[in-house]
Amino acid sequence: MAGTEPGQLQRADDGQTLRATGDWTLTHYSALRRSTRAISSAPTQVVLDGIQHLDTAGATLLAELVGGERLRQIAGNSPELPEARRALLITVANAMADCGTLPPETRWGPLELLARMGKALTDATAKARLLIGFIGAVIACAGRCLISPRRWRFTALLHHMETTGLNAVPIVALLTFAVGAVIAYLGATVLGQFGASVYTIDLVAYSFLREFGVLITAIVMAGRTASAFTAHIGAMNANEELDALRAQGLDPVELEVLPRVLAVVLVLPMLSFIAVLAGLGGGGLIALTVVDIPVSRFITAISEVPLNHFLAGLVKAPFFAFLIAVIGCLEGFKAGGSARSVGVHTTSSVVQSIFVVILLDALAAMYFMEIGW
Amino acid sequence: MVMDTARGALIEVSGLSNRFGDHRVHENLDLSLNKGEILGVVGGSGSGKSVLLRSIIGLHEPNNGRINLEGAPLDHRGAPDPRLTRRTGVLFQRGALYSSLTLCENISLPLREKAGLGKADAEALALTRIRLTGLEAKTARLYPEALSGGMVKRAALARALALDPDLLFLDEPTAGLDPISAAAFDELILTLRDALGLTVFLVTHDLDTLHRVCDRVAVLGQGHVMTIGTLDEVANMDDEWIRAYFHGARGRAAMRQSSTNRESA
Repeated sequence: MAGTEPGQLQRADDGQTLRATGDWTLTHYSALRRSTRAISSAPTQVVLDGIQHLDTAGATLLAELVGGERLRQIAGNSPELPEARRALLITVANAMADCGTLPPETRWGPLELLARMGKALTDATAKARLLIGFIGAVIACAGRCLISPRRWRFTALLHHMETTGLNAVPIVALLTFAVGAVIAYLGATVLGQFGASVYTIDLVAYSFLREFGVLITAIVMAGRTASAFTAHIGAMNANEELDALRAQGLDPVELEVLPRVLAVVLVLPMLSFIAVLAGLGGGGLIALTVVDIPVSRFITAISEVPLNHFLAGLVKAPFFAFLIAVIGCLEGFKAGGSARSVGVHTTSSVVQSIFVVILLDALAAMYFMEIGW
Repeated sequence: MVMDTARGALIEVSGLSNRFGDHRVHENLDLSLNKGEILGVVGGSGSGKSVLLRSIIGLHEPNNGRINLEGAPLDHRGAPDPRLTRRTGVLFQRGALYSSLTLCENISLPLREKAGLGKADAEALALTRIRLTGLEAKTARLYPEALSGGMVKRAALARALALDPDLLFLDEPTAGLDPISAAAFDELILTLRDALGLTVFLVTHDLDTLHRVCDRVAVLGQGHVMTIGTLDEVANMDDEWIRAYFHGARGRAAMRQSSTNRESA
């Protein structure tokens, strides 16, 4: 908008009439605002025929100056103005006349912080209840499907096993190989001080068979799979696809959740086994090359680990898997229509599933120690 | 407002071609948008109305063709040409309100970023736009997810009007509105066009809107503009699809409605 001359207000000799001239446009908004602010008492009459350009920003200022009602009258009684300009003034005046005021902004003070903390706590308990309810719904749905083989969805199951399992093999193997090497270095350093660096290989074997194989795999799955489930189901929810399923009498839990949960439950133990092998490989490589432990010692050390340590590790895998998949899916269901909501719930699903995995692992470690496994 | 052809074309599209793989959406399409007019663009589903709009505003890079603004070609490479964006408001089909901002923040964002206003001034102007589009002031602090479909459309128009543009692109503005709101929306567009001298590119399927607000109508089909002219000229074209479009049951009802309006006026 080619504005050359900023708008001005001039007071006529009688002191009651104001004359507006120049451009009353968005370009000059700040200057115009200052000049309307400078008018202390609302004028009784404003003459508008000197205005060059006028847009809604300028009209808003005029309406603020004299009031919407009055501006409408002035515009109505100004036959010298072009019709289009009168229409603009009247439209803006109408909009401003019964305008109301902006509601106060959300406050972010210390008191509100306290309120938000309280709300977060009640939300967390509600969330936990919802999760338990959803777990029940998934188990019930699994039970119903178990008795009718017609409802077993092998295609979906295999698809999810491929994306969550097979495609995750490289990253799981690489990460656990690296962690195995790190633990071997740690063992070599600490145990070497006691002259016991030959036991480095035992440290790697016990820690991987019992804890790290499963735990690291579960954490990778929580980051990789739970987030993918939430984002996918959340986007479906935003697109009303889940509603469409329900409206056709289909159960989204059966069609979308069950294949995913089953796939992760089947795949996580297998991935954990791969993780154990890779971890032992990483630890073994360091033990052989840096600590100079012979291969025969490496093999005997691993074969002497009692089987129950390996089982104590692997038995946790299906439970971790179930929780990761269920949390991922549930957060997807909770994601609302907006892009922001899908993002918030994806974050939440990763945080929750990692939290649950580590908490459960700690409880399991205590339990297995107490029962002497 | 009487059409003034002497004022010439504001936007000229010439030789526009768009292909998606083997699918040819536009083939050598020519179209001109005159200053101060409301041009309605209609066409069947998949006839490339939205792609045409996106090509003009620089969100889609056409395979071929040029787009002139006041005679000089627009350069949309990299980002939409600022020569166009600073005088243009766009209403997207589904509103495209920023979901992490409140309604008021959605409208004040361009005012603060582009017009350089302070927070208080931007919010005061945002409120005018909110009221202009018929929304209540109390909706200003709501987030888009709390708005109904009709409110989203109005809010999106309010945001499109934020910088007092002289060129508006509206993609199905009345779709999803109830008939009363849609009629109010039509009146609003007319009033704003007359008051602000807006030029409007309007993609719509709403026959009532076509009758009420459009100065000219362009029909897209088979990759180009099949015909362009006033609604009466276009509606009487000898083409099967066009006749079905304008003279089907819905089209006849809208025409009757529009002629009774004209008589009573």
